[in-house]
Amino acid sequence: MEKKIRVLVAKPGLDGHDRGAKVIARALRDDGMEVIYTGLRQTPEQIVDAAIQEDADVIAMSILSGAHNHLFPRVTELLADKGVDDVLVLGGGVIPEDDIPFLKGKGIAAVFGPGTPTKATIEFIRANLKRS
Amino acid sequence: MSDTGKRPDSLPGLGPWNACVDKSTARFPERRKDFVTGSGAPVARLYTPLDLGPAAFGGAGYEESIGYPGEYPYTRGVQNTMFRGRFWTMRQYAGFSTAEESNKRYKFLLEQGTTGLSVAFDLPTQIGYDSDHPLSQGEVGKVGVAIDSLADMEILFDGIPMDKVSTSMTINAPAAVLLAMYVAVAEKQGVGADKLNGTIQNDILKEYVARGTYIFPPEPSMRLITDIFAYCAKDVPNWNTISISGYHIREAGSTASQEVAFTLADGVAYVEAAIKAGLDVDDFGPRLSFFFNAHNDLFEEVAKYRAARRVWAKIMKERFGAKNPKSLMLRFHTQTGGSTLTAQQPDNNVVRVAIQALAAVLGGTQSLHTNSRDEALALPTEESVRIALRTQQIIANESGAAETVDPLAGSYYVESLTNRIEDEAWTYLKRIDGLGGAVRAIEQGYVQQEIQDSAYAYQMAIESGDRVVVGLNKFQVKEGPPKGLLRVDPAVGERQVAKLHALKERRDNAAVKASLVALDLAAKGDANLMPPIIEAVRHYATLGEICDVLRGVFGEYRPSAMF
Repeated sequence: MEKKIRVLVAKPGLDGHDRGAKVIARALRDDGMEVIYTGLRQTPEQIVDAAIQEDADVIAMSILSGAHNHLFPRVTELLADKGVDDVLVLGGGVIPEDDIPFLKGKGIAAVFGPGTPTKATIEFIRANLKRS
Repeated sequence: MSDTGKRPDSLPGLGPWNACVDKSTARFPERRKDFVTGSGAPVARLYTPLDLGPAAFGGAGYEESIGYPGEYPYTRGVQNTMFRGRFWTMRQYAGFSTAEESNKRYKFLLEQGTTGLSVAFDLPTQIGYDSDHPLSQGEVGKVGVAIDSLADMEILFDGIPMDKVSTSMTINAPAAVLLAMYVAVAEKQGVGADKLNGTIQNDILKEYVARGTYIFPPEPSMRLITDIFAYCAKDVPNWNTISISGYHIREAGSTASQEVAFTLADGVAYVEAAIKAGLDVDDFGPRLSFFFNAHNDLFEEVAKYRAARRVWAKIMKERFGAKNPKSLMLRFHTQTGGSTLTAQQPDNNVVRVAIQALAAVLGGTQSLHTNSRDEALALPTEESVRIALRTQQIIANESGAAETVDPLAGSYYVESLTNRIEDEAWTYLKRIDGLGGAVRAIEQGYVQQEIQDSAYAYQMAIESGDRVVVGLNKFQVKEGPPKGLLRVDPAVGERQVAKLHALKERRDNAAVKASLVALDLAAKGDANLMPPIIEAVRHYATLGEICDVLRGVFGEYRPSAMF
């Protein structure tokens, strides 16, 4: 049997808007992936620890509070510090387009804004996994 | 049910008309097989007097179920003359960056003709952390204004006459602290607490379910809330002590009926908690207020407000035995639906907001926030805020919707929707009672699961194309990135931290410490917490320091993560 893709859906920071994170979590699960949702108010440290512990192939983070430029790069930095280089890191939420090049430069593979169909995220994950 | 009226149990023309329509739809099918409301409830082709429910029986049925504005069961509104007396309060939710910046925005809004303020706090403030807390990094001043102490609050309301302006504060877990600061600033302006008008959201149950800015577990949170009820009944009599909110429940994905049901179930829990704490229902009942959403389905939304008023009046009268008519009246604020706005072709959002705002007005709202077109992208610019406010002013002054009371009453469709939403709300309320009430139902994850199921169904309907969202899954255009978005200065965090540290140097730290010790003692006992919180605030104890004392006594809420 094919190994299931493992995704950690995470809410970094203090933002409480998790409708999107939960919809994504469910859509990924319905697509056959193994999904762990962290719940609200996770620090970058907690997210990275959870990803390692859960052996996640993907970290999918959602922020609607505007703290993305601060928190998303912290996660990729911590992954690098721990020598983890094969986890696909994605971002979503209310994120101005002007910020996307900066985030991509920091190792966020893709940023999905409001209105993105869940299928687009699913296809992106399947096409860009760093682990086979 | 009185039977003085006659139910029109058949309409002679209806059968032949249906037969005729069947023939023509066989040749020219309708656009879809099933028509549904914005919430996915079935919609019939035609509504007739047969769909009026109890009012179909004629005069007496009308008077019992629909009645007159300002009279039980308040289906038609809470005042006799509604907007013929005065318009709803036009209240734009605003706040960002520092107290200085937000103070400027409030003065701009007042100049533009808003009639009440609505304060948005940043997330650290809403969760009881000072700006220098490690978890505050990157969040200071982002979704609202950063308030660490009374010093910030003094700047926030500088030059704003607190005896004239009513202020709504979206603050929940630390609501007692922000109310204390408001009272203390007013005192310095020479305005007594008895002259203050405004609202604190103070609705913790929907934070557990839908909004996420909780701090303490349910039991001590309910105590803080009932302490506020008791304190305000005595000292701040015109203050709305809570705004029981369906807004965020709907934003999290619920249907219109679920919005009504879960909000009123929370309301029941607060009333029960206050009665258990020894308060009389008519002492605090008149100061309860509500907060609902306005989504795009105009008729369903209007029916929702009408149904909510009717259900609440019955709950307060029949279940809690309230005698004061003011305890029976569901007064509410409305905000248009942020989650209905699209990042694609954002100017289209002006039109969505206009429809939603019209629904709120036709549904008899007491105050209204209209969202700005750019809210799916960033915090709103001044220009966007002005258009949003002008939308309300156009509805008020040009549309005619405010010239008579409850204009859609008697519409076969709207009355039928009102009855349906009421029935569905009662079904949910019974189920929640069966689970042991709203607090238990939330602890068991029941309410969250219901909302998540609706949210997922909605998303799937958009993705299948079954539900059209203009500009999103139909009528798309290629467009460049939006221009001129508001950006919060990233240095605001550092400035706020510097201010906080300077404050801690200059205040009387012995007095702060003593006041925090007194608060700790009060929290461990069962005295009302408002007086020691006000005392601490006056000495410039910070929000974080006060909440840390309470965290030490009460512990913190830790939800299970489900989806």
